Amino acid sequence: MSKDVNTGVPTDSEVILGILNNSESVLKRLYIAYFPMVLQLVINNNGNADDAKDIYQEAIIVLYNKVKTGDFELSSKLKTYIYSICRRLWLKRLTQMNRYGGDIKDFQEYLVVDDETEKNNERDIQFNKMGSALQQLGEPCKTIIEDFYINNRSMQEICENFGYTNADNAKTQKYKCLQRLKKLFFQQK
Amino acid sequence: MPAAAEKIVFSAKIGSTEMSENNQLTDTIERYLNGEMTKAERAQFEELRAKDADINSKVAEHKHFTNLIKQYGERLELEKRLNAIHDEIDVHALEDELLIHPSFVVRMWRNHHSKISVAASIAIFAVLCTLFFTGYLSNREKNYAQLVGQIQNTNHKIAQLDTKVNSLNPSSRPNTVVNPGNFRGTGFAISSNGYIVTNYHVITGADSVYVQGNDGKSFRTKIVYTEPGSDIAVLEITDSSFKTLGAIPYTFKKAESDIGENVFTVGYPRDAMVFGAGYLTASTGYRNDTTQYQISAPVSFGNSGGPLLDGHGNVIGIVNAKQTHIEGATFAVKTNYLLKAIKDIPADSLNRPLSMTGKNVLAGLDYKTQVKKLKNYVFMVRVYNQ
Repeated sequence: MSKDVNTGVPTDSEVILGILNNSESVLKRLYIAYFPMVLQLVINNNGNADDAKDIYQEAIIVLYNKVKTGDFELSSKLKTYIYSICRRLWLKRLTQMNRYGGDIKDFQEYLVVDDETEKNNERDIQFNKMGSALQQLGEPCKTIIEDFYINNRSMQEICENFGYTNADNAKTQKYKCLQRLKKLFFQQK
Repeated sequence: MPAAAEKIVFSAKIGSTEMSENNQLTDTIERYLNGEMTKAERAQFEELRAKDADINSKVAEHKHFTNLIKQYGERLELEKRLNAIHDEIDVHALEDELLIHPSFVVRMWRNHHSKISVAASIAIFAVLCTLFFTGYLSNREKNYAQLVGQIQNTNHKIAQLDTKVNSLNPSSRPNTVVNPGNFRGTGFAISSNGYIVTNYHVITGADSVYVQGNDGKSFRTKIVYTEPGSDIAVLEITDSSFKTLGAIPYTFKKAESDIGENVFTVGYPRDAMVFGAGYLTASTGYRNDTTQYQISAPVSFGNSGGPLLDGHGNVIGIVNAKQTHIEGATFAVKTNYLLKAIKDIPADSLNRPLSMTGKNVLAGLDYKTQVKKLKNYVFMVRVYNQ
């Protein structure tokens, strides 16, 4: 592919196809193309570069998930869409930090978006729970679970990595780990 | 292997060690979800799922939870990728470029306001010190004199440009006399039974009005009639100690007098009666007011309401005003209007008949004698308006 040639702003359909195909280069070009816009929005409205990064990545993840789940319909320019989501997220965060003065300096056109960021928020909560549950789980359980469920390693590989005498022992261990993880996960509020 | 599946279910029901049995169930569910079962095995397990709601929900739950783990992993992976991309961006340079910089002055102030403040304070202090030591601040008299000069200059210009009618009522000068009334004017008798005429502006706003004769006797009076248009007021002496004045020594001349006629007036600009003589200089008053004469007799505040007489013992007007800044421009209301006003007095406001039948005994006499004869008929009007 023309990875190195194509370094400019990707077209909107390129982005969608790229996300669906897990294209690293499209993601990168997308990220680089619109980050300055969001940075401008945030740093000129009581934020800093780290806030901009958080907000922007959240927006990219929202877009990414929407495209992946197939319910993404582009009703405007992608640029406007990303800006609108970032704007909304930033307003929300400003309000949470009590730094919102009731006025925001805009640099682009924007649409009214809300439900998607809400949905994303719920998922974020679940992920946060999962993250801390895994953290509490400790080793070697954490790695076993990650290897098996996230990295799709076979039980045989795991068995070898951890020096279990046979796959059944590893399975039992994995089962125990999973039970504990569930417990930790559902214990959280 | 249908036998294996059956064995699992069987052991679950008997309940050997719960752990290993659940473990095996989980294992089966995983194999089922991952599509690792044979066709027959799969069919059997699906049948079991359909029969046993408990197992069915366990399958769903397991699926959901492992998916969540997987998605969590994917999210972490995505974030890692995004962070890697982010690290390649020179955020700092972008920030500098994109931040809206406030104007030069504002930035200057933000960065250096303490220094600027100190500098300004020192500058102000230095200027004050310089002014002090050069004697500029103490050199007040010179400034003061200049100021006075300017005021005088302005006044002079106003005097040149502006001609104003000033009332002869002493109210317009600083009121120092408190005891003998708040205002003072002059009035003169128009009938022997105690009717006295003066200017309307003398008695405006009065609570009580007293008249004091040349002999020092003071009488309380009542305002009978006023005519603001021609500045005329008629008073009646109501004091019980008042008897009569005797025959009025002058008459009232209806016809207009001619320019150049000798005229004189008496009045009370101060406690003693003051005489002033002059000529009738114009047949109209201030700004061509046809109700008035202009005369050249010297008058001052307090003369208001005094009689203006010609050389033949006729009252031809009532002194009421003078023009400031012009020598000898005094004005007097023509007698005509006095007579008209007297005629307009409603009959029911008079307690006594008002007959103006004076007998002229002044004609042909010199001023000295005339004044002597009429001084008892000219009064000081004192107005109290507390």
